[in-house]
Amino acid sequence: MTNTSNGTPAIEFRDVVKRFGDNVVLDKLNFSVAQGDRVTLIGPSGSGKTTILRLLMTLEEANGGLILIDGDPYTHEYKGDKWVEIPEKRRRVVRNRVGMVFQQFNLFPNMTVLENIIEAPVHVLGLSKKDATDRAEQLLEQVGMPDKRDARCTQLSGGQQQRVAIARALAMDPEILLLDEVTSALDPEIVADVLGVLRDIARTTDITMLLVTHEMQFAREVSNRVLMFDHGQIVEEADPETMFTNPKHERTQEFLKAVLGG
Amino acid sequence: MSDDLQALIDSLPDLGGAVLVTLQMTLGGAVLAMLVALVLGFGSRTRSLWVRGPSRVVIEFFRGTSLVVQIFWLFYVLPVFGFKMEALAVAIVALGLNYGAYAAEVVRGSVESVPTGQWEAATALNLGPFHKIRRVIFPQAWALMIPQLANLLIQLLKGSALAFYITLHDLYWWIDELQRDTRDTFFSYGCGLVLYFVIAYVLTWGMNWLEERAKRRLGRGTRPRLRDVFGLKPGVPTEVVRVKGGVA
Repeated sequence: MTNTSNGTPAIEFRDVVKRFGDNVVLDKLNFSVAQGDRVTLIGPSGSGKTTILRLLMTLEEANGGLILIDGDPYTHEYKGDKWVEIPEKRRRVVRNRVGMVFQQFNLFPNMTVLENIIEAPVHVLGLSKKDATDRAEQLLEQVGMPDKRDARCTQLSGGQQQRVAIARALAMDPEILLLDEVTSALDPEIVADVLGVLRDIARTTDITMLLVTHEMQFAREVSNRVLMFDHGQIVEEADPETMFTNPKHERTQEFLKAVLGG
Repeated sequence: MSDDLQALIDSLPDLGGAVLVTLQMTLGGAVLAMLVALVLGFGSRTRSLWVRGPSRVVIEFFRGTSLVVQIFWLFYVLPVFGFKMEALAVAIVALGLNYGAYAAEVVRGSVESVPTGQWEAATALNLGPFHKIRRVIFPQAWALMIPQLANLLIQLLKGSALAFYITLHDLYWWIDELQRDTRDTFFSYGCGLVLYFVIAYVLTWGMNWLEERAKRRLGRGTRPRLRDVFGLKPGVPTEVVRVKGGVA
């Protein structure tokens, strides 16, 4: 797998197991993502793609294995032979490096656009309100919404809410950005705007990105690696060009045929 | 009838004090009930069994026992163990614990009605557990819980009449005195109905105002019109509106 110059991947999964009841979603999954990589996870529903992002955001608990961020154990570690949970206090330090944008935006309706963006930088990163506001205004400019600073989130369209959600995630200055089907809840004509914003971020930053998306053209443009999942395992891994034009695995061929309609 | 009116006029000087005692019990009980509700409501949904277990036991105990018995127990039995409280304090504590136990369920239910996405977004932003509740979850749950809390507040007001039995000179005591003076049950209890209704109506206005304000802060509804605030709306729980984006 691709590694950085110092050899430490931004994200590493070692034998990660995740079960929901009797349903094994991830079965001893191993993979790593180098710093600055843009990796798209594709595969049929239930193949474990979103679960990977949710584990990385600690929204789900693994049932086994290790997840490492920049080489640091994140949710569990081994003490001797014992697999133990890492206390919330230590998790929070690592979690600061990870940001996530959700399919359903999940903006806080009790706050304005600006308040949504500065809440965590002020209270978690300890930025002054002025610095956080300046940064928020820059980000709103970047996502094309400089005039919506004081708007209530409920007054915004889906596309606008998602752009605010992207700005909110970026305001925490994450090293890793997780994008979970961020255009799936949007009307088709708005999808291009949001993808444009993400394309811009991919071009102008070196944030490590992990995307789950059904927008194959976008995945092709933005990512440098594509991982095809099925039943909680990586069945194929390639650069986007190879993956989308010349997939090797039969399961990938079937999936892409169904998705691309070709 | 003129004798009744004369008796009413004669007893008016006591009415202010009696209403004040009823209001002290109602508002004191409500504040205590809210504190109890927050502690037990959040306590009963924590992961730790050591917090959740006792919270559930206290809720079930105070919901499952009679308010009259609780008042009598605090007033007559507790002093046996060397702990004596003033009658007003007994009434406030009993009302606070009893209605707090009911309100705890309202708090728990409302907190659980806040869309999961809101919790997840707060986690993704790395907000601390207390901060998450205070700044994100509670303001949204608050709008959902007010209608049910309004119902409980009115019930608490009416429940305060039981304090008459532990020597308090509250509104019910005043009505009882009026009945003794006039020997006219229709007139005296009629006055009682009107007075309790007026207080309950004022409380309902206050709660309607709070509800409209809370909804407005969530970007739902508009600035309350007088009709919204003064109207006697039934205490129907606010429906959780789930729209695209998980915004309630």
